[in-house]
This record gives sequence, C-alpha cells and structure tokens, in this order.
Amino acid sequence: MSSEKKKGRPKIAVFKFASCDGCQLSLLDAEDELLAVVGAVEIAYFPEATRTMLKGPYDIGLVEGSVITHGDAERIQLVRRQCKTLVTIGACATAGGIQALRNWKDVDDFIRVVYASPQYISTLKLSTPIGEHVPVDFELRGCPINKLQLVELISATLAGRKPNIPTYSVCIECKRKANVCIAVARGIACLGPVTQAGCGALCPSYDRGCYGCYGPMETPNTASLTEQFRILGQSNNQIQRAFRGFNAWAWQFREASEECQRK
Amino acid sequence: MTGTTRTIKVDTLARVEGEGSLYIKLVGERVTDVKLKIFEPPRMFEAFLRDRHFSEASDITARICGICPIAYQMSAVHAIERALGLRIDPAVRLLRRLFYCGEWIESHTLHVYMLHAPDFLGYADVIEMARDHREVVEKALRLKKIGNRIVQLLGGREIHPISAAVGGFHRVPTKQQVRELVPDLEWALAASCEAVQWTSSLEFPIFEQDYEFVALRHLDEYPFNEGRLVSNRGLNIDAAEYEDHFQELHVKHSNALHSVMRGRGSYLVGPLARFNLNYDKLPAAAQEAAAKVGLQPPVKNPFRSIIVRAVELVFACAEALRVMREYEPPAAPRVEAPNRPGSGQAITEAPRGILYHRYALDENGLILSAKIIPPTSQNQRRIEDDLREYASHLVAWPLDEATWKCEQAIRNYDPCISCATHFLKLRIDRDA
Repeated sequence: MSSEKKKGRPKIAVFKFASCDGCQLSLLDAEDELLAVVGAVEIAYFPEATRTMLKGPYDIGLVEGSVITHGDAERIQLVRRQCKTLVTIGACATAGGIQALRNWKDVDDFIRVVYASPQYISTLKLSTPIGEHVPVDFELRGCPINKLQLVELISATLAGRKPNIPTYSVCIECKRKANVCIAVARGIACLGPVTQAGCGALCPSYDRGCYGCYGPMETPNTASLTEQFRILGQSNNQIQRAFRGFNAWAWQFREASEECQRK
Repeated sequence: MTGTTRTIKVDTLARVEGEGSLYIKLVGERVTDVKLKIFEPPRMFEAFLRDRHFSEASDITARICGICPIAYQMSAVHAIERALGLRIDPAVRLLRRLFYCGEWIESHTLHVYMLHAPDFLGYADVIEMARDHREVVEKALRLKKIGNRIVQLLGGREIHPISAAVGGFHRVPTKQQVRELVPDLEWALAASCEAVQWTSSLEFPIFEQDYEFVALRHLDEYPFNEGRLVSNRGLNIDAAEYEDHFQELHVKHSNALHSVMRGRGSYLVGPLARFNLNYDKLPAAAQEAAAKVGLQPPVKNPFRSIIVRAVELVFACAEALRVMREYEPPAAPRVEAPNRPGSGQAITEAPRGILYHRYALDENGLILSAKIIPPTSQNQRRIEDDLREYASHLVAWPLDEATWKCEQAIRNYDPCISCATHFLKLRIDRDA
C-alpha cells in the first residue's frame, strides 16, 4: 500500500464488480492475520482500503462481484490480462450472486420497480459469474467467503501449492461438530447435503436449515434432496425458492430450481 | 466568463465502500457543478424481494451491504414484525441492542482508524499509517475484533450473520457465553475513551454548515431500533409517516437515488445527527469522554464526525456492558410468526444513519412490495452540498491536495455505496 519499492514482494490487487463488499472486507476482518499478510505482499490495488493505486501487472488478482453491466463485461477482460493468477472470491463472482435472480425475470420490469427514470439505467439482462467471461485460476466460494480460507488461498498461491479447501458437503462439518441432524430429527428443510462446506455448519448449529451460502458441493444429488423436501411437506414453490438463493445461477442449483418450476 | 475554469476529478474514490467518482467544476472561485457519481451497478433488491417469503427478507437484504448487514436485518425484521403485529420478548429486544452494539463497534472502528484517520495524518492507507503508529493500529484491530466477537456470538459470523429472525433469533446465547465477553468489553470501553482523545488531537479544517440533522429519538435510550424520527427543525414523525415527508429523486449521474425532505431539500443522517439530537441520552461515560475534549452539541463541522464516531464507540461499549450484565436468556428464542396479510415500516440507526424499510405481505406471507432507503442515499445530496461549499475554499490549493481534501470531505459521511445503489470516482475539473 505504499509507493515505495518493495522488491520481491508479490503484488496483490482487489477488484470489485456487482457485490456487497463483504468478501473483500473479509481481508480487513482478518484482524489477527492482516499485518502479517500485508507484510508478505504488496497491496498494489485495493480501493476499499487505500488511495494508492499502482498499475499492473499483478501477481494475484482477487475479484469480487458478478458482471451485470456492459462496462464491467469489458473491464473483466482488462483485469484478466493484468493478473498472473486470477481468483474469484464469493458467491457473486463464482455464481452470479443474489442479483442473478433477475436471470429468470424481465430485467426492464425490475428497473421499473426500483427507478423512476428507467432510461438512466444501463444494465445487462443476466448477472453472470466471472468464469463465464474469462478463465479463472481458483474459485473461492461463500456468501461471504471464510476469511481463513482466503488467508490459506493467498498463502498457498504464494507458495505455489494447491490450497487446502474442501469440496465435500456441509453434512461432513455437522458430523464433525457432533450436531444432531436437524433434517432427520426435527424435519427442518436443510440444503446441507448438497452444499459445499466452508462455514462450519453454521446454520444447523443455530437450529436452522442450511440455505446454501457456499453453493453446490462436488457431486450434489439435488433430485434426491428435492424428493426429501417434498416428504417434509415443502411445496414446489418453497423448494424452488430454496435453490434460488445466493448461488441460484450455479448450474446444479439452477437445474434443480427449474425442475421444480416445471412441475 | 470570470476567472479560469478548473475541474477536480477522482475516477475511483478510495476508502469508501462501493464504486463511485467525483466531478467538481470551478469557474474562478465559484463552484459551478458538483456530481457525486455512483456507478455501482444496480442490483435491484426491491424487485427480487417480491414473491419471497417474509422469513427470507433479513437474509436477502443483509446482502445489500457486507459492512452493515445487521442494520439491514434489524430494519427488515422490525418492519415485518410491525406488519404482522408481533410483540417481542424484552430479553430479545435487549439482545438486539447488543447485536447492534457489535456492528457499531466493528464498523466505526473500521472507519475511524482504517478509512478516515489516514486522511488527517497524510497517509494513503492504514498500512502506511501502521509503520509510524503501530500501537494505535494494533489497538484498533483489537477493538474491531471485539465488535466482531459480539456479532459472532449472536449471529454466528461477522459478515451476513445467520441468526436474526422475524420474532427474535434462531438461537440465543447462554448467560455464561455473554458474561465471558465482559472483560473484553471493559478493555474496549477504555480503548474507546482513548480513541476520543486521539481523534480530538487531529487537525480539523474550519468548516461549518447549517444542517438539518435527522435521527431517531427514544424516550430513555440512545437510539438503535426504536424511536420517533426527529430533526433540529421540528420534524417529529413515526416511521409510518416517513414517505409523506421524504422523497427519492432519480438523477441522471447516479445509480443511487437521492433522498430529499419534501419542500426542504438535503439533510444529514448519521453520527453527527444522532449526537446533536440525543446527547442527553448518552451514558455518563460517553458524555464525560466528549466533555474532556470539549465536544458539545451542536457539532456543525462534518470533519469532526470522526470524534463523534469515537464517542459513539464509548456509548456502544458501555451499552454492551450494561446489556451483558443484565442479560437473562428469553423463555423462547423467538415468538411464532404466522402468515398474515399486512404492511409495516421500520427505521433503525445503521452506523451511517437511518435505514428505512417498508414491506407489504399477502396472506401466505409472501412479499408483495418492498421499499428500502439506505443512509448513503439520504446523505448523498448533503455530501454534494458540502462539496459545493468546501471546494470554493480550495481554489488556491494545488490540484492533488485539493482533490485529497475533497475525498476526505466525502469520507466524513462514511459513505456506503453498495448500499446506496442498492462507489465513488472523484473528478475535480480545473482546465485553464
């Protein structure tokens, strides 16, 4: 974050697209690790934290947010060209985010709901993940991401190794915490079986069903879970809404919600 | 044409949350144009909340802002509870105050030390500042972490917590878990008093404006979730009357709507407004900390908001301690919230100022319509008004310094641009 030369330190840049800023804030929320991380790297571009804006190329680019404007669709191409390793962080960047709910609606109707002068607003019909526009080296899931996974990812990338980030389901985390299964024992609809771990099975530990912040796990059986939800008395509309959350445009969840819509 | 025309421009405004730019045009000593452009892409939450169940609103609207998700969760659940006619357990009400204390501590510490203080001391960022003020920054990180610990305990995680629900919480902590945080908060209270001293030692530009301050006011408490909406010019209304008195305008240069008071124009929300209108409700510790540095209402210099935020840190720590010592878990974490048609409004005090939510629900509990007015869209017009006045004082300054000063003036408001569009680039034009 300084203009003085720091030879040998890898340059990190943080870019924002359509998002809530929560995932990049995770870096500032890593209070115990922050001063160590910024000692190991050079923060070359991170507008949320610094006025210093150094030109690329960058060693690692962290991209938050989805693409929803023409300008951003062009900007991501420039960002990709400037970054040796490009990592997307969070559900918006990896799956289109909650704003991808527009993808099933007429976006012009949406604009009219929110804005008095629709002609001033320019936006794309779809909210799409970064990976639909440029090749991505690693996708870090979560809404928001887990800050310890972010620190692991940065350390691994600097060390040139594969990050240790599991792709199994939330159920595994629940078992490790010795939680009683809320779906089996109490009949609560829970997306845990089809959702990637990372949160530490937070919702089931707080007596509620998982709502899918980390997106689909590596091999999700959404058809079976849909059936299970029906047995619990959930309507098609309720099941559809469950899959249409913060990772609605991830293809496995998208197909599952569209299957409910057809019924 | 009298004098030269100059423009001040900042293409990407830093240390604010979200994406925006600034453009100021000066002709001689006169400011002829100020545009705070918000190009944060429109995500249109109010549209996709339609046809979702009311129980989803607090999780969905939290995603408007990663810095103040609790504010969104609190305005959402209070508006929906009003629509459903629910009464909340007093113990839950207390816990919600504690939850908000956590967010204020985390958010104010972030802004005071990491986003705003570097401007006063001439550093590009907090990392550069840490080289000369390591101890100050380390204390700030610890203070921020304590705020986050409260949020974590009640909500499961710092960003987009998962426990807030219509009717209460999904799970409430035990007495033991809450009491365990007391020593941390005692440290935080002392650190916040130091923050008031430290911020008051900064240098402040001489700049005062005649503001209409707008904040909640509650009979017995410094406001978080309840109270009437009042101003220093006689406004005194219930949340249900908000839209009769305020209006959102759609201007071409911004993806965020500008909110104005009908017939009166711009107004100011946030720490300055709360402090000036509710000084008498601050606990003794906060009043004493303010008095020690000679800070008394009305504070009309927006640059001094950094001291007021520190005073509010003292308040939030003292209030958190009070709640922690009184806390007895409620009989149930939440009251049942049956589907029922109705509509309700609520205003709560986000760290940056008032946040208004309105929902209409059908008989199945689905949302028919939603309206959300965040603090930054309410302050947006006021920020432009400040800049119009302030930039005229900077005519003789070198362009890069004038630009930095204007950025600092924007950061007085701790703007949250993701919120307001539902960011910032600064341009100061000064062509010869």
